Amino acid sequence: MSNFSRRKLITTGLAATAGASGLAVAASLANRYGLIPPDHGGIYGPGEALTYASQRLLTRHSLAREFPRSQISQPPFANGRPLKDKAYQRLQAGAFADWRLTVDGMVARPASFSLSELRSYPSRSQITHLACEEGWSFIAEWTGVPLSHVLDLVGIQPQAKYVVYFSIQPHWWDSVDMADALHPQTLVTYGMNGGELPVGHGGPIRMRIPRQLGYKSIKYLSRITLTDSLKHIGDGRGSSEPAAGYSWFAGI
Amino acid sequence: MAVSTWPLRDAVSATNNAPRHSALVRITHWLTTLCFFALLLSGIEIVISHPRFYWGETGNVMTPSLFDLPIPASRPWVQTGYGFVLPDQNGWSRNLHFEAAWLVIFTGLVYVISSLLGRHFRKNLLPAGAGLTWRALSKDIANHLRFQPPDEAEAWSYNVLQRLTYLLVIFVLFPLAIWTGLAMSPAIVSVFPFLATVFGGLQSARTIHFLVSVLLVLFLLIHIVMVCRAGFRNRMRAMITSRIASTNEHP
Repeated sequence: MSNFSRRKLITTGLAATAGASGLAVAASLANRYGLIPPDHGGIYGPGEALTYASQRLLTRHSLAREFPRSQISQPPFANGRPLKDKAYQRLQAGAFADWRLTVDGMVARPASFSLSELRSYPSRSQITHLACEEGWSFIAEWTGVPLSHVLDLVGIQPQAKYVVYFSIQPHWWDSVDMADALHPQTLVTYGMNGGELPVGHGGPIRMRIPRQLGYKSIKYLSRITLTDSLKHIGDGRGSSEPAAGYSWFAGI
Repeated sequence: MAVSTWPLRDAVSATNNAPRHSALVRITHWLTTLCFFALLLSGIEIVISHPRFYWGETGNVMTPSLFDLPIPASRPWVQTGYGFVLPDQNGWSRNLHFEAAWLVIFTGLVYVISSLLGRHFRKNLLPAGAGLTWRALSKDIANHLRFQPPDEAEAWSYNVLQRLTYLLVIFVLFPLAIWTGLAMSPAIVSVFPFLATVFGGLQSARTIHFLVSVLLVLFLLIHIVMVCRAGFRNRMRAMITSRIASTNEHP
């Protein structure tokens, strides 16, 4: 009996040691390949890290589904309320002629773009889903300049690991890793269903990240900054969403 | 004479001391229970943010629904007729939902793989082991409908109806819940579009996810009722310590 217990004890000990060192190796590998999300702390951290790591390994280059024109939702649903922000209303009164998109941080040539400049760059149109974490969704045609083109214009410094983007509405911001930032379907979007992007949908410009849920597609985009660490932006969790309990990575 | 009492003693002690459920079954059962309640609670919270269901790819408050749940919502744009909006609990609910989903997937994998290797399915769950005939099945159904308490042998093995139900839960309902859950992920579907298209789209997958969870809750309720009917303390003891103290306990 004591032999059996000792064997059991040794086996359990070995298994626990193997498990612990396996976890440590996995964690260091995950860190090296950028598979740890900025909101990996807390009780939901393990789930977040597993989801982000597995989806990033699986979905680095995959394309969000695109649909035929016949599947565009009519009329498209816009959530949210009209923006009461004074700066926004002043720009809206001037038909957004003075709207600027500032790009700074770890870039070679910080710049600021007007809407007409953004419209003059090579554009891309895609008919994709906008799926909200609440459960509803619609399909629309989105037109804009790929974020990768804007980033090429300013020159990405090699140490940049995240692209952080801000709404003109205070305290509303988000960020993505370079895989999503340079993804061909990630658009600085200024058009919808053949017209200008309506105010209710984030006009004059919004970010569109079709492989993630709707809340990553920040409306009223006014600033983009590149960084190698999210620790000193906001509360350090990569987005204004984790403060409200929402995940930084919204691929599911 | 002395020799012939040994087999009898062994048989008696086997009845009282042999493990009813293996450690693997007991541990995975309670881990699954824990995950199930976490998934159910967080799932309800998530549904409250949009208690409308659709068929096809898209659906929102501008489109007709397949069916609505008669409950208030946690978002002002969903017209529920209640005149008030519940607080937003989606953030932690989604976090808890996915963390529990990961744990239940790992638990399920350990259970299924070990059960295949250890022949748990063949020995205890395949209906042939309990004599799969229409007669056996109709007897089981009739016994259940007449609320007959289970006979003593059923403390040691499962009847045909029970086996079929467990197989349905393990190999149909849980996998379908995981499949339709993944089909709601825009990132996963960008790699495996068929996960959603096979059901007709994102919203169909969401609706099936909900219906499957209703079936799982129904299973849970019947499961608990049957455990109580069969002797709550004894069945609980069997699933916690693997021992069965007395085979003729009544509730």
